Amino acid sequence: MSHETLSTILFVIFVAGTLAITFWASRHTKSAADFYAGGRSFSGLQNGLAIGGDYMSAASFLGIAGIIALSGYDGFLYSIGFLVAWLVALLLVAELMRNSGKYTMADVLAFRMSPRPVRTAAGVSTIVVSIFYLLAQMVGAGALVGLLLGVHSEAGKIWTIILVGLLMIIYVVFGGMKGTTWVQIVKAVMLMVGAALITLLVLGKFGFNLSGLLGDAANASGKGDAFLKPGLKYGTEAQGVWGKIDLISLGLALVLGTAGLPHVLIRFYTVPTARDARKSVMWGIGIIGVFYLLTLVLGFGAAALVGSKTIAEADKAGNTAAPLLAQQVGQDIFGDVGGTVLLAVIAAVAFATILAVVAGLTLASSSSFAHDLYAHVFKRGGATERQEVVVARIAAFVIGAVAIALSIFAQSLNVAFLVSLAFAVAASGNLPAILYSLFWKRFNTAGAVSAIYGGLISAVVLVIFSPVVSGAPTAMFPDVDFHVLPLSNPGIFSIPIGFLCGYLGTILSKEYNGSKYAEIEVRSLTGLGAEKATSH
Amino acid sequence: MTVQHDPSVYERIQAGEQFQELRRRYRSWAFPMTIAFLVWYLLYVVLSGFARDFMGAKLFGNINVALVFGVLQFVSTFLIAWAYSRHAEAKLDPIADELRGGAETHDEVGEGAK
Repeated sequence: MSHETLSTILFVIFVAGTLAITFWASRHTKSAADFYAGGRSFSGLQNGLAIGGDYMSAASFLGIAGIIALSGYDGFLYSIGFLVAWLVALLLVAELMRNSGKYTMADVLAFRMSPRPVRTAAGVSTIVVSIFYLLAQMVGAGALVGLLLGVHSEAGKIWTIILVGLLMIIYVVFGGMKGTTWVQIVKAVMLMVGAALITLLVLGKFGFNLSGLLGDAANASGKGDAFLKPGLKYGTEAQGVWGKIDLISLGLALVLGTAGLPHVLIRFYTVPTARDARKSVMWGIGIIGVFYLLTLVLGFGAAALVGSKTIAEADKAGNTAAPLLAQQVGQDIFGDVGGTVLLAVIAAVAFATILAVVAGLTLASSSSFAHDLYAHVFKRGGATERQEVVVARIAAFVIGAVAIALSIFAQSLNVAFLVSLAFAVAASGNLPAILYSLFWKRFNTAGAVSAIYGGLISAVVLVIFSPVVSGAPTAMFPDVDFHVLPLSNPGIFSIPIGFLCGYLGTILSKEYNGSKYAEIEVRSLTGLGAEKATSH
Repeated sequence: MTVQHDPSVYERIQAGEQFQELRRRYRSWAFPMTIAFLVWYLLYVVLSGFARDFMGAKLFGNINVALVFGVLQFVSTFLIAWAYSRHAEAKLDPIADELRGGAETHDEVGEGAK
């Protein structure tokens, strides 16, 4: 049996299992709290796994391993930003949000502000960030499945995107938060087990001598010791000082963006209390941290055992480094059959990863559309819970369909930068609005609206005039050149702009409501009046 | 179900000594620690950009400063998360529980609970 057939069988099993979960969840999803927040009845460990499942995208599993395999140490830089970011979520955001919000990020922002402008801004930002992230994942899925299943025709890629899109719509429309969370949990366990297995086999081959593994990787890469230190991919010496500032800009967006990503924020509502939100982030940090340490071994292992040349030939970006490594160690240790089985397993894990992440993004954006834009902006708070859930399901279908169409259109473009743009927008617009809302007494409607639009617009505009959109061979539109900025990552400018806009908007407006601040402060720190779990 | 409290309950709790102590304990831990880990992380990123010879210096075998520094970022993240959860359980949760319990049972008890 070929690895393609075996991958397909494993993938079909995963899909069948998750669809069964989805239909079970749909029978237990009745109220709005069920659909948006899974009834707030998940445990800290379950939600911690789901946090890992939502967060460890194919980009971070295959992408980081690939960057390490081709450019060495620099891939590790990426994963460190992704991990440290969770401390911002743990210390400043998770518990306070759980205590003061209900279903979406905007619940916290609109708490003491004029609801319509703030919810409009937060809804727009949520949908924009989620669609950016979704597009990058779905376009990546088309290319990846092509590589792993040997489908190289354009039609094959388009069908893959449609299949991924349809499955994600089904998970969200029928399963809501309950179904989606279970898909994340299953995927997180599969991913951790798969990555740990390959890591153990790789380390075993080197007698658990990390130094020996690194030495072989450096030699095989042909770049020597430079492979083991920063500088081959981000801020290379050839790019000069702007390249290094770009690296710092990327680092800032990664570390500050996570706590402003809508699909991450709504995870805190799925547990019964703030204490469980804390526990779930603790589990999440443990799972994500261990996972990134595993990808370090996978990346260097792929460089040492498969070789950077073979990896780059299979895929320029190195996205197939982890699957190729699985095949190689499997073959070395268990023979041809072992290689086929391990490759198929890792390929199936990669599909599961893509599906779980896109489902989380679709849920976040459709929840925000229904709860923020439809119920509170269009209906001015006059919609019933039932109507809200119906609209959320329709929104999930429409957003999914739009994402499929855009991904098919964008599949020949290089849209990988959209992930870092999503982090930059989250760090520049959402994070300032959330932090000011929770901690600054004077903050008001004008401040919240200015922070979100200021951060969102500055990040997007800076990227439009950057080399990732035009004027470079790797740009989205390589044939035209209207770039004016030397930076690919806007964070170093857009994050201060977002915070500054929030500050200026606030002090230039006279609105001030001390008693509402008393309410959010007391609620957020004590949990008084917080939303309770609805089902057990 | 959301429990609706008279807004004045929140203001009374906020003004109370117990809540002010909770707020002080939370902020005096979380804010400086946030600045500390961000500075520590940025130091790592800046050194990765501007001090590559230092980062490439070998410590033992093929293990260099960059690798150890990176792994230390993981270690510090795990330790800070663990320390925060210890701090919250010992210093924050008891006061929060008491304030919440007091207000939810009597629905108007503020700082007078103790």
